[in-house]
Amino acid sequence: MPSAAPAHATPHDVAFQDEVRAVIPRMSRLEMCVQCGTCGGSCPSAADMDHTPRMVFAMVRAGQRQEVLRSNTPWMCVSCYFCAVRCPQEVHIPDVMYGLKAMATREGLVPDSVAPDFSKTFVDNIHRYGRSYEVGLIARHYLRHYLTRLPGMAPMGIGMVAKGRMGFRPPKAIKGRDDLRKILARAEELEAGS
Amino acid sequence: MSQYVYYPGCSMDASARAYADSLEAISGPLELQLIEIDDWNCCGATEYMGISPTRAYTLVSRNLALAEAQKNGSRTLVAACSACFMNLAKTENYLREDKTLAAKVNAALEAGGLHYTPGSIDVRHLLEIIFDDIGIAAVHDHVTRPLAGLRVAPYLGCLVTRPDLDRRWRSREHPQAFDRLLRTLGAQVVDFPPRTDCCGGHMTQISPATGFELIRRLVDAADKAGADMLVTTCPMCQMNVDAYQAEMNHYFKTSYHMPILFFTQLIGLAFGIPAQKLGIGTEIVSSRAALAKIGIEIPVVEAQQPVGAGAAGPPRRPRAKQTGLPMPAMPGESGEAPR
Repeated sequence: MPSAAPAHATPHDVAFQDEVRAVIPRMSRLEMCVQCGTCGGSCPSAADMDHTPRMVFAMVRAGQRQEVLRSNTPWMCVSCYFCAVRCPQEVHIPDVMYGLKAMATREGLVPDSVAPDFSKTFVDNIHRYGRSYEVGLIARHYLRHYLTRLPGMAPMGIGMVAKGRMGFRPPKAIKGRDDLRKILARAEELEAGS
Repeated sequence: MSQYVYYPGCSMDASARAYADSLEAISGPLELQLIEIDDWNCCGATEYMGISPTRAYTLVSRNLALAEAQKNGSRTLVAACSACFMNLAKTENYLREDKTLAAKVNAALEAGGLHYTPGSIDVRHLLEIIFDDIGIAAVHDHVTRPLAGLRVAPYLGCLVTRPDLDRRWRSREHPQAFDRLLRTLGAQVVDFPPRTDCCGGHMTQISPATGFELIRRLVDAADKAGADMLVTTCPMCQMNVDAYQAEMNHYFKTSYHMPILFFTQLIGLAFGIPAQKLGIGTEIVSSRAALAKIGIEIPVVEAQQPVGAGAAGPPRRPRAKQTGLPMPAMPGESGEAPR
């Protein structure tokens, strides 16, 4: 990916920014951020973020690797794309957040394990069945992280089951599950090689 | 009869079964023939992207490749779930725009004997098919039981009109077409500014306080506008507002009762289709009273209603910053959570 570093940045600064850009498969335009703050002002979960997206992009540019990857900011992204459609520089902000999550997970620098565990369980089910498995996902997740929520959740869970919206049987695996696994394994190799 | 390749998505078979059932019920009158992609896989929702973007695009592309191989005369792939639609449409756009990504994805697909030609499939949301191909006038022709007197809040959610990389919507934040569709059914559409705001997505699972606040904003805006119910296009939105409303009420010590139905269920009612064929009654927050208001009796699909919440209740973590960067407040809303 060609580097389009801002003229004033030192080589040290943009090394981390380049690293982040390289994790995102499609051009992210991260280097185009002008620090206007439209993203944070548009973000429904900014109030619960350690740093607003704008600040994270400044930290990326400043090479604050640890602080960025330990920040809860990408994990609080709800993927609503308000920032994406409002950004005057057309930075693909949710894509940057996904890239940061992938980096933080790979390096074990996540702020806490709740969100990464949820993603991991979801993805494990895809590898197992080719489809998502709501009950398995929720049950595992709540037992591990939200035991205290379970009593309050019980009536809803019973309602979902009684109304036929949740079944305890896992989904039947898709026919092409083994092929799907081969495809994803190949994608992983290609990713590592990039 | 218009024929399309169809991607249902995982929730249509589970929590959003009512969406699938009502879509099937209205497909006949609308002359809509949806042919499911054979052996489709999960789109990865918003979870796979955070593990590995490249693998996530590859996962979605398997569905595009299967759809391309199965075109049977239609190059249009229809998705009903907003999140599935966004993933399919975004991936298709990225593969078209980025040859390096397309080459990488195809090299991976080859391991399963598949290939996708970028641009060969046109991904569209079910709503776009209704607006552009079937037409609101044709919908109107089938209305035999207008929903006169029903006040609905049009809740489109995020992922139909955003990111909209191919720019098909006139407005990505305040689209009006959904309102027109609901008015065609005879319903009264209330003023509902957060029509494309976020329902919290997976926040109910990873940061409940954040999720509950986003649900509260929607339910509160609908309540203040005097809506009888929210109407949505998205299984995730329906699940959050419906299944987590009791827990949200417990968290904020509020007592909202705001049902949320799928737009296909309302189309079915307006077409005179019996409520039980439309999955009505399977919502957790019952729409019984709202529909009784306009003379529609719904069958009993009785299950234990959530009465308050258990002793322990949800984790009560205060919002990190009460004043930090909220969305614009609704008129008459302080911006702070009610106590």
